[in-house]
Amino acid sequence: MALHSARGKLVSVIGDEDTCVGFLLGGIGEINKNRHPNFMVVDKNTSVSEIEECFKRFVKRDDIDIILINQNLAEMIRHCIDSHTSPIPAVLEIPSKDHPYDASKDSILRRARGMFNPDDIH
Amino acid sequence: MSGKDKIPIFPSRGAQTLMKGRLKGAQKGHSLLKKKADALQMRFRLILNKIIETKTLMGEVMKEAAFSLAEAKFTCGDINQVVLQNVTRAQIKVRTKKDNVAGVTLPVFESYQDGTDAYELAGLARGGQQLSKLKKNYHKAVVLLVELASLQTSFVTLDEVIKITNRRVNAIEHVIIPRIERTLAYIISELDELEREEFYRLKKIQDKKRIARSKKEKEEAQAVAEGKAALREYAVNNMLDEGDEDLLF
Repeated sequence: MALHSARGKLVSVIGDEDTCVGFLLGGIGEINKNRHPNFMVVDKNTSVSEIEECFKRFVKRDDIDIILINQNLAEMIRHCIDSHTSPIPAVLEIPSKDHPYDASKDSILRRARGMFNPDDIH
Repeated sequence: MSGKDKIPIFPSRGAQTLMKGRLKGAQKGHSLLKKKADALQMRFRLILNKIIETKTLMGEVMKEAAFSLAEAKFTCGDINQVVLQNVTRAQIKVRTKKDNVAGVTLPVFESYQDGTDAYELAGLARGGQQLSKLKKNYHKAVVLLVELASLQTSFVTLDEVIKITNRRVNAIEHVIIPRIERTLAYIISELDELEREEFYRLKKIQDKKRIARSKKEKEEAQAVAEGKAALREYAVNNMLDEGDEDLLF
């Protein structure tokens, strides 16, 4: 574990073009030796199964610690995200440019529902 | 599980002390686990509050970042493809540290800068200011998201551990301790029964002994009485004998 934590892990993104570009400019993008990027650009023509496959691939990769995914895309592969229960990699749902963030759809917050006041999240 | 079950053990003094020890141990374990669960629960609530706070903050930051992206696009034109094609090495990476709460290790992510900016030259022609603002905004977003991710991982891990701990607490409270108590009650009742039996046995033996003694005494008395009679007879005989002897011609 010490060896693993000494080497920095990556943050990966699954999202629309603008989200990806933004985070890449933020400096999280990386292409590994096999020319596999740690981000996935989803456009209108991307099928759900492709997103699902990509998500599964990211979960399997051991150099990724955090997966950021647009909430509207997360909604498409909700069953996949719900079945991913291990703490690492952490899956974070982020708002996309044209879909506002809805806290009631978030997998984690749904698990937390009932433990706190629903008025607390807006 | 039936309410009457108990640990299969031979009821003896030794087993009783053993059970008492186990009961003590179970009670101690129960109180310790209860404390652990409370500590975890406290931490859990704290994290939950923080998550909600950070999630709302994230909305703001992301909005700002998306807006600055639009600004940059307006000034620089379409930079999407340039950025997407120029990816090499990650500038921001994540380090994992361990945090310990009541014996539970929680992973804590920490972002750090590694290497130089790959898009140093992007926006050189125009819109450099907007681009650097955009970079700054997204950097802020990444840092916040990493923080949120670590909170979320802690949340998931704690949730799991709290469930397990609560299950254990309940198991000890509602299954193990009652079972030991039942076993103890069983052992005590068996021991009492043994004691009563023993007492009864002793009484019985004393009784037998007394009967035997009184019988013996009676026999002796009879024997003595008989002996006396015999003696008397003998004496009489003797007397006669004597009398016989006296008559000497």
